[in-house]
Amino acid sequence: MVNYSYISFVLIIPLVVFLITGLFGKKMPGLSGILGALGMLGAACLSYFVAYQYFLVDGRVDGIYPTVMAFKQTWLQFTPSLKIDIGIILDPIAVMMLVVVTTVSFMVHLYSIGYMHGEERYATYYSFLSLFSFSMLGLVVSSNIFQMYMFWELVGVSSFLLVGFYFTKPSAVAAAKKAFIVTRFADLGFLAGILILSFYSESLDFQTIIHNMMDYNGTIFLNANAASFMGVSALTWALCLIFIGGAGKSAMFPFHIWLPDAMEGPTPVSALIHAATMVVAGVFLVARLFPVYSQVPAALDVVMYVGAFSAFFAAIIACTQTDIKRVLAYSTMSQIGYMMFALGVSGYWGEEGLGFTASMFHLFTHAMFKALLFLGAGAVIHYVHSNEMGDMGGLWKKMPITHIVFFIACLAISGVPPLSGFFSKEEILTAAYQHNKIVYAVGLLTACLTAFYMFRLFLMIFWNKEYKAHGRTEHHGEAPMTMKLPLLILAIATIFAGIIPFSMYVSADGTAVESHIHLREASMAVAAGAIGIFSAFFLYLKKNERPEMISSAFGALYRTAYKKFYVDELYLFVTKNMIFNFIAVPAAWIDRNVVDGMMDLIAAVTENLSDSIKSIQSGKISSYVMWFFVGAILLSMMIVYAL
Amino acid sequence: MGDMKFILAISFALFFIGAYGFLTRRNMITMLMAVELMLNAVNINFVVFNKYLYADKMDGLFFTIFIITIAAAEAAVAIAIIINLYRKFKSIDENDIDTLRW
Repeated sequence: MVNYSYISFVLIIPLVVFLITGLFGKKMPGLSGILGALGMLGAACLSYFVAYQYFLVDGRVDGIYPTVMAFKQTWLQFTPSLKIDIGIILDPIAVMMLVVVTTVSFMVHLYSIGYMHGEERYATYYSFLSLFSFSMLGLVVSSNIFQMYMFWELVGVSSFLLVGFYFTKPSAVAAAKKAFIVTRFADLGFLAGILILSFYSESLDFQTIIHNMMDYNGTIFLNANAASFMGVSALTWALCLIFIGGAGKSAMFPFHIWLPDAMEGPTPVSALIHAATMVVAGVFLVARLFPVYSQVPAALDVVMYVGAFSAFFAAIIACTQTDIKRVLAYSTMSQIGYMMFALGVSGYWGEEGLGFTASMFHLFTHAMFKALLFLGAGAVIHYVHSNEMGDMGGLWKKMPITHIVFFIACLAISGVPPLSGFFSKEEILTAAYQHNKIVYAVGLLTACLTAFYMFRLFLMIFWNKEYKAHGRTEHHGEAPMTMKLPLLILAIATIFAGIIPFSMYVSADGTAVESHIHLREASMAVAAGAIGIFSAFFLYLKKNERPEMISSAFGALYRTAYKKFYVDELYLFVTKNMIFNFIAVPAAWIDRNVVDGMMDLIAAVTENLSDSIKSIQSGKISSYVMWFFVGAILLSMMIVYAL
Repeated sequence: MGDMKFILAISFALFFIGAYGFLTRRNMITMLMAVELMLNAVNINFVVFNKYLYADKMDGLFFTIFIITIAAAEAAVAIAIIINLYRKFKSIDENDIDTLRW
């Protein structure tokens, strides 16, 4: 077993880059982009090396991949039994996430050199990006649930900073606030879950928690299962509350409302944070605690139903949106729903852990093709200067490279073999089929809708009609080299990521699972995708009347979906009309009139009283003496006569 | 005992002359002198009571000596204060010095 402590450089590099670009970036604006990209390149190379070392050189010990503590330090020692460690844990999912995060982050750093060129706060942008990379990498290697919570909040902060990057735009500010508040609200559940879980498992350490909870006959597991609140065991409560935190970050229903608005940030940021890395933190959290979840079927069912519902719900909304980034945002939500329900249908041991493997596999492939889609959309927006599909169309002639890579990514997300999305999606659907037929049906329907809205998007951007420049003259070509290169690299990853024998490396219990294509499930998935693709071609290849007719035929359903099922309005109603009017307004009234009034009353009484007696202190010595004599005489008379 | 009553009457008169002076005069120096009168009235009381009631003891005399000493020190302090007040207000009239008020 080699020493993995060099892995800490993967974290240190982005942190140092963040400090340098943050402190001195204004003095060397051009350099900060190159510095950031080089730093991430270094981090990416390091994590590839770690992955190579971990999976291929060291390999399995006793048939499973060992969990390596690359670094461990006691950080806060409260009492002999209660302590918080800080450390770096390496296991298959952590190593996989390291690869994903550094790869996408490097691509985005590289891409941003071109995309953000000439931006006034260029250096600030890079320092935020490095801060995000640092926090995300810290999150995935956290050995301790408390440490993870800290990095969890740090990614939230960097997401807030980057969504609100164009802080002169009111919509961006509102979106940043919304993203922060919604995820923060969900994190309340996460914190409560951490406290309950660590109280019952008597540790904050992932390994100790998992070890204690996997011991069926141990007192700790039995206690956690026996203690109940409102008829549900403490362990189930803890896991459901932790899942609420994960759902907030991963934009699961009903905490998804922040994700579409977060598209106000620069597009590369959307690719990095809101498509590939941060939003899968919730999936990663459930996967990290998966051994514990697998003990509690009720909690896993919650994960499964929330995931399946979110996947389907988001797919319907995505079919009606016209802002290309919003379509991609809902598609992200839908795909994360896929990962969630894949975890929900998974078991722990051996073959039953197919869902877990599939979920992680989909996370991996999704990161590649969704980052590609977002970066491609960024290139389109860069060219057209608009987010609206209506302003696009017929771009294939103007942007041939973007057109091709976008096509590849759309095929991948639609699950067309042999692209990467096919393998992971097929595995998820197979796992769902073996566990729960309803979820399988929802997944299949979602796959069909996914293919439909992705090709709707693709055709609306690149075909549909002749491109007419609207007003602004196009003063540049397709995109600079720094933007094309990441697109090409990610396209290659999108094509070939699927042939990685993923189940050999990542599985729930660490053993190798033999994965094979299940012909029936695979053909069903491909058929569903094909239906979606062909109907999209039928409706959107040439400009015609059919989409209008269909949307008017659906009438109310279409309008509701277009309005995102009024979830935002519902939130606004609850927060503004109910919480604000019935709690905040009366509370403010009480504060202003009762609490402040009390203070005002005391002050007024004191003032009046002092006004009436202040003339005693006249500054005239003779009057003081007069009073003194009167007092002295009275006192002496009391002494002489009364006593 | 006739002597004692006579002397006590003098000290009584002396004390109230001092008190009257202190209350009516406005000049700080005069007021200080009035205070000294009152102090001396008390001194006489001490001496008289010691002599006529407790002739075998010396406590009253000691107190008198203490009071004289302290009165001297107090006069020095009071005059220093008065000089400072004069420097600030260009006056030692008690009515002019009334800034220490609400």
